[in-house]
Amino acid sequence: MDTETRIPNPVRPAFTQGERDDTVIVNIGPSHPATHGTVQIIAELDGERVLRTDIHCGYLHRGFEKECESHTWHNLIPYVDRLNYVSALVNDFAYCEAVEKLMGIEITPRCRYLRTLLSEYSRLVDHLTCVAAGLMELGAMTAFLYLVMVRDFMYEHLADLTGARVTYTYGRIGGLARDLPDGWLKRLSEILVQYEEFVGRVHGLVDRNRIFIDRMRNVGTITTAEALDYGFTGPILRSTGAPRDLRKDTPYLAYAELDFEVPVGINGDNYDRYYVRMREMDESVWMMRQLMEMLPAGPINVDDRRCTLPDKKLVYTEIESLINHFKLIIDGPKVPAGEVYSAHESPNGELGFYLVSKGGGTPWKMHVRAPSFVHMGGVHRMIDGDQLADIVPTFGSVNMIGGECDR
Amino acid sequence: MADDIFERLQAALGPGAASSSVAHGIAVFEIAPAALTGFVARLKGEFGFDLFLDVTAVDWLPQAPRFEVVWHFYSTTHKVRVRLKVRVPESDATVDSLVAHYGSARFMERECHEMYGIDFRGNDDLRPILLYEGFEGHPLRKDYDKEHEQPLVPYRT
Amino acid sequence: MKAATIPIQAVGEKSGAFEYITTKKDELIGWARKFSLFPYPFVTACCAMEFMAVSSSPYDTDRFGAALPRFSPRQADLMMIVGTISHKQAPVLRRVYDQMCEPKWVMAFGACATSGGFYQNYAAVAGVDKIIPVDIYVPGCPPRPEMVIDGIMRLQELIARSQHPIATKEF
Repeated sequence: MDTETRIPNPVRPAFTQGERDDTVIVNIGPSHPATHGTVQIIAELDGERVLRTDIHCGYLHRGFEKECESHTWHNLIPYVDRLNYVSALVNDFAYCEAVEKLMGIEITPRCRYLRTLLSEYSRLVDHLTCVAAGLMELGAMTAFLYLVMVRDFMYEHLADLTGARVTYTYGRIGGLARDLPDGWLKRLSEILVQYEEFVGRVHGLVDRNRIFIDRMRNVGTITTAEALDYGFTGPILRSTGAPRDLRKDTPYLAYAELDFEVPVGINGDNYDRYYVRMREMDESVWMMRQLMEMLPAGPINVDDRRCTLPDKKLVYTEIESLINHFKLIIDGPKVPAGEVYSAHESPNGELGFYLVSKGGGTPWKMHVRAPSFVHMGGVHRMIDGDQLADIVPTFGSVNMIGGECDR
Repeated sequence: MADDIFERLQAALGPGAASSSVAHGIAVFEIAPAALTGFVARLKGEFGFDLFLDVTAVDWLPQAPRFEVVWHFYSTTHKVRVRLKVRVPESDATVDSLVAHYGSARFMERECHEMYGIDFRGNDDLRPILLYEGFEGHPLRKDYDKEHEQPLVPYRT
Repeated sequence: MKAATIPIQAVGEKSGAFEYITTKKDELIGWARKFSLFPYPFVTACCAMEFMAVSSSPYDTDRFGAALPRFSPRQADLMMIVGTISHKQAPVLRRVYDQMCEPKWVMAFGACATSGGFYQNYAAVAGVDKIIPVDIYVPGCPPRPEMVIDGIMRLQELIARSQHPIATKEF
């Protein structure tokens, strides 16, 4: 292979020399199974103990914010999906709600409850993936296969509704793309029963397993004060003992009407994060069962011609609907000038959208407050001081999603 | 309850700001660049805004001053958010860094610096974080062409 | 797959028996290689979800012999590029590809690896074949597991059909 052209190094590490003579600097990643493929950790080791680390993310930077400035408010929903791609629906709904706030639109009750139901469904999928990947990295392949099997049922079920398995593009400004097909809710109750069975098996395999406890208890600990200083939100903050959850603190969608608990941990270590996620999944299932009872009938999309595409029959027969449809597709919905910051409780933490509009059909600025990116700034507090082999479960419990971290 | 804390904020910090308002449930203060650190210290110390959410910038080309740096804070006790905005010109796009107050500022200021070129006085580690060594320019500025690629590895064909 | 080695040629006239033997040798080695693929999943983005789904039950890739991922390029022969490659990741990809030994194949998994997907901007490489040669392209955003399995099967046909020089003149 020709090596005349030297392949350049894309990063500049914070340290190239160790502090002492007997330490070793190793490079972990970015193409590494345990760093979820896109993070590079340059660690200084004293034997097996990690002294200090330098985390480099950005290997999946796809130019999301720049790309959004040249698409209409509707056209960029697929890009928004691919931020936190394990729980794509939460991104959709958080973004749509931010635009709806700017436009002053109130969504219909059926849409509100459905969005809540699907947000909790996405939370289930995200936590299943995180726990499955974390357990697989520890060697528990059986638990991984159980959880991925349940997740596959959910993917197929969501494909019945939206047409896609992983990234859905289902949210619309002012509503949703389409209503539930027949039999969807019945299949959902079957899946929730199957979920309980599979997760029960995983609990049995892992919860009181001596090896699992030895590897996860008191590893990757962080205190509440440190977590808040470094901007941690979501399950990581809750595992330290702080019951902070946007669904309870600043309720949005239909969360104010639901009965649920916010699980918190004790130590802020890996075991707590694992258990907080398992309990949050159970709470999500309970919320989904309540929502299935509460779901009202009615239209999905708000009847506002500034954002909702008119009915196809009208588009083909009336000139006003045709022009409306045309303008919405070509120019995009006209969002009044202003700015808004709207945050949802994504499975990783506070997912915020900061939108600046100049009054046109495309955004002037679109910024995502991605929880994974902020967490990367604080991961070194959890890794430093532990063993090299502990980097794997600690990193897995942080649930860094590359699409969100690097945008 | 949110209105109560907003009133207290307006009363205490409003006079020091160029303008203050409440928009979509967030208290917004526009301040001068020099007043930033004092404001943040009061927000954190007196009013309990312990979670630093985000720092980003908006490029208002062709208006002058060109950049508007925007910070968001959240209080876990009062459960409300605050937005601070500072206008800086292109010739002197420098603001104070918040690394002394919040640890999470380190990474977010690095991103804002590489995307817009805003300098953060006090943050000594402004290496590129999402972009790579050798990338020239600041991509999120309005005068950077979206499709202008700077490949590191030469293309095959 | 480039032939970097020179196969043993018959000295003198080519005899039918020799050609028969080399063809059968190629078929045998092709059969062995296609059913024992060791993938190196170069995982970056959303397609990883479908990669996880296709490697586990019910869409098992183990049935095709391609389940056991080797996370070292020295031990792998199929590099599956799963997800978008940014310009920052490109040097890493090039280095990992160079470290793999012959014979090696590359699968571009997903729309972003195939052509850049819908990220046509300063950050993403518009198709991984600008940097390394690709043998099979699997489109989709992300591709359904059945599409991935179809891609693996086509790659297996490609391997079965190709020449497998295992010895050189020098050897």
